[in-house]
Amino acid sequence: MLDLKYLAAVLATVFVINLALRAVPFAILQPLRKSRFVNTMATWMPVGIVVILAASTFRSVSGDVKHLVYAAMGVAITVAAHLLGGRRTLLSVGAGTLAYVLLVNAL
Amino acid sequence: MDALVETSRKTEIAAGVRASLAAGLGMYPIGVAFGLLVVQAGLPWWVAPALSIACFAGSLELLLIGMIVAVTPLATVALTAFLVNFRHVFYAFTFPLHVVRNRFARAYSVYTLVDEAYAVTAANPRGWTSWRLVSMQAAFQFYWVGGGLTGVLLGSMLPARIEGLEFALCALFVTLTLDACRSRDGVPSLLLAALSFSIAVVVAPHAALFVGLLLFIATLVARYFLVRWRDA
Repeated sequence: MLDLKYLAAVLATVFVINLALRAVPFAILQPLRKSRFVNTMATWMPVGIVVILAASTFRSVSGDVKHLVYAAMGVAITVAAHLLGGRRTLLSVGAGTLAYVLLVNAL
Repeated sequence: MDALVETSRKTEIAAGVRASLAAGLGMYPIGVAFGLLVVQAGLPWWVAPALSIACFAGSLELLLIGMIVAVTPLATVALTAFLVNFRHVFYAFTFPLHVVRNRFARAYSVYTLVDEAYAVTAANPRGWTSWRLVSMQAAFQFYWVGGGLTGVLLGSMLPARIEGLEFALCALFVTLTLDACRSRDGVPSLLLAALSFSIAVVVAPHAALFVGLLLFIATLVARYFLVRWRDA
């Protein structure tokens, strides 16, 4: 059962963090623009964050050996579709997800 | 005079909506998938619009579905929200917020500063007015919330739960990784992240995301000082 207090706490947490990340930089624009540390982090962070999220979500869809194999095949199809299909995100995500859903339900 | 202001306002709103269309075409289907996943996860339908209003940021909202179902600790939710949306810090550098004078419109413009709004203004830096900018951002929120509502409706009409649909989120992050790592410059970060997450899975299997993200940031800070020390 969904705990409403917990849900409210999650919504409040993400509201504050999200708004702060968008609003605070307008107030401290100059020091941010000059900071070498912030700018370097900006170029280094994104690829690492998304690969960790990919790995973490992969873990949650590959609970046992059977699902691990299907998820690996789903990722392979997503990658192939993305690189061969001209990096059209919707197409790649659709192809990979369809493959995973078919494998999980048919086999 | 008033008639003139009225016409220019209408043209500006129309221009803002027009500017939103191309990106909106990509946003709406992801919104539908988001709404569908909310229902599939067993959450009540209103969680979709509630999430989209509390935090208007697509990929984070998709992540939050699984986190809410798993009753993930708030510290992990906070760290994930911070790191996933950290990129927004740099949008302030070029986003034309200065054209928006009204206080409420300004607050709304900051609150709805999503990737798509930033991308459209970055591609066309000139010619923005308050009405054009804010109407474009409102259109984006409309597509996203509308997509989410379409998704929950679709999900509630399905006779049974489709097992495996949650793979879409993994696939999305796989494509984002491919897009983020298009040159060799990204490889060190990619390896540090892979290493950090692997260590986290071993030492803290139940808090792997939290520990993995923290470890990754720590390795980047170390890398920063190492590079500075070497270059000095």
